[in-house]
Amino acid sequence: MVSTALFFLFAGFAIMCAISMVYHKNPLYSAISLVGVFISLACIYLTLAAPFIAIVQILVYAGAIMVLVVFVIMLLNLDDEPNTSRLKYLYALGGGLGIVLLAQTLFVVYAVSRTPNQAIDPNATVGNTLDIGRAMYTDYLLPVEIVGVMLLMAIVGSVVLARRLSQPQLELVIDKEEERISEEINS
Amino acid sequence: MEETLKLIFPYVVILIGVLLAFQGVLMIVAYTVLGERKVLGWIQGRVGPNRVGPWGVLQPFADLLKFIFKEDIVPNESSKLIYYLAPMVALTCALMPIVVYPFGPTITTIDWSFLPYGIAEGVHTLRLVIAQIDVGVLFVLSITSVGVYGIMLAGWSSNSKYSLMGGLRSSAQMISYELAMGTSVIGVVMLAGSLDLTQIIQAQVTSPWYMRIFIIPQFIGFVVFLISAFAETNRVPFDLPEAETELVAGFHTEYSALKFALFFMAEYVNMFTVSMMATVLFLGGWYVPGLSHVFDVGSVPYALISIGAFVGKVIFFLFLYIWIRGTLPRFRFDQLMNFGWKFLLPLGLLNLIGTIIVVFFLNR
Repeated sequence: MVSTALFFLFAGFAIMCAISMVYHKNPLYSAISLVGVFISLACIYLTLAAPFIAIVQILVYAGAIMVLVVFVIMLLNLDDEPNTSRLKYLYALGGGLGIVLLAQTLFVVYAVSRTPNQAIDPNATVGNTLDIGRAMYTDYLLPVEIVGVMLLMAIVGSVVLARRLSQPQLELVIDKEEERISEEINS
Repeated sequence: MEETLKLIFPYVVILIGVLLAFQGVLMIVAYTVLGERKVLGWIQGRVGPNRVGPWGVLQPFADLLKFIFKEDIVPNESSKLIYYLAPMVALTCALMPIVVYPFGPTITTIDWSFLPYGIAEGVHTLRLVIAQIDVGVLFVLSITSVGVYGIMLAGWSSNSKYSLMGGLRSSAQMISYELAMGTSVIGVVMLAGSLDLTQIIQAQVTSPWYMRIFIIPQFIGFVVFLISAFAETNRVPFDLPEAETELVAGFHTEYSALKFALFFMAEYVNMFTVSMMATVLFLGGWYVPGLSHVFDVGSVPYALISIGAFVGKVIFFLFLYIWIRGTLPRFRFDQLMNFGWKFLLPLGLLNLIGTIIVVFFLNR
């Protein structure tokens, strides 16, 4: 009873936040709403006895990725009224995708209602940290390693892109920039 | 009726526990502020507050009353919703981790059957932790990382240059030092073999004498943790988000009255939770050496002395915060970033690699 009430509370909150994310024109408001979605999803995971997944959801999405997104939004100088005229054709695309999603949801509901009810196994420990770790480093070792190498590549790539230029290179860039500015002033 | 009571009882107990814990922490925070002003006074050769009540003990209440009665100024150009949201997020995220810290051993000698309606029939154990969850360490780290939003949003929504700079600095600083903190925590988690804070304390109590508290095998990890904890809580020498000489008051420049008080409390609650974390991870939590020979494990005096030891260890860390505030000057921002990324993180990783090798050979 209590868990059902909690589920509806958090699910309702998640849907509210999702709607507000799409509705708001201001990107910062949207980002904060998305954080709300992530946190309410984490709460639902908690009620489903998967604490590790819930905490990782908050740690990775709300605590790391969205912080960086908000950071970028704060640094950018955003216009109050973005030009939306060139996005007209996207409405049709969005509508089509929405219908596909709705069909998927209805199919899931239908499939779940067709399967016979099964009692929950009280000894199931799927969400536990120990089981997740064991599964990741035995059964799914190769995917984990591949993802690790890919993330390392991404880190190396970003460091290469953001590295500080050596002094002669830097002077070259500054000279070019000065030339450009002086041309702009002259024209 | 009886069935409903039995059903509701655990939730009521948790609710009362949470309320008591929050109240207790806020009281400790109030007196940390007084203690800070006193100790800083002594360090600088002054007396500190001594007018309100004997020895100034009523000063925190006077401060609070002042905060309540101050005029609440809201900047016209601010984004109102986020401006109001930010202090709440800051204090909520500061208070939430408190529930997972075990502050004492389990009491097993009281029979709780005397409670009416038989709601606690045959219950003998009383765990001195409000929520024992499987992933306590990760819970604390994740809620701390969500706490960044309070400061970032405050800086952005105030629509002031000082606030924005303070918010940006603070978020960059907290993101950078979270990594070093994480690496130092992993070492302890590997030695204990669990993410549960209760289990971590248990692992320290039951380990051989030469590594009874994890500060001994994990001394480098402890130093890394302590330094990054100072940076995470925006305290001196890492208080760049509110560097007075450059940024007026940083992210809370535009906040006044009770909203400022919320930020102020959040900072001290954060100090308190980080001190509890350091106590649990590195100093053995409530563990007192040799106490199990004097009193029975699980008896009330054993638990009371253990709680006292826990509070004492936490207060030691709080004192350390104040001591360092009175001693060290502030970092420059590039120094802060270089220190975090080029010294602290590699040191934490080296410690981690060493711990991995040792644990690997110990478990063979």
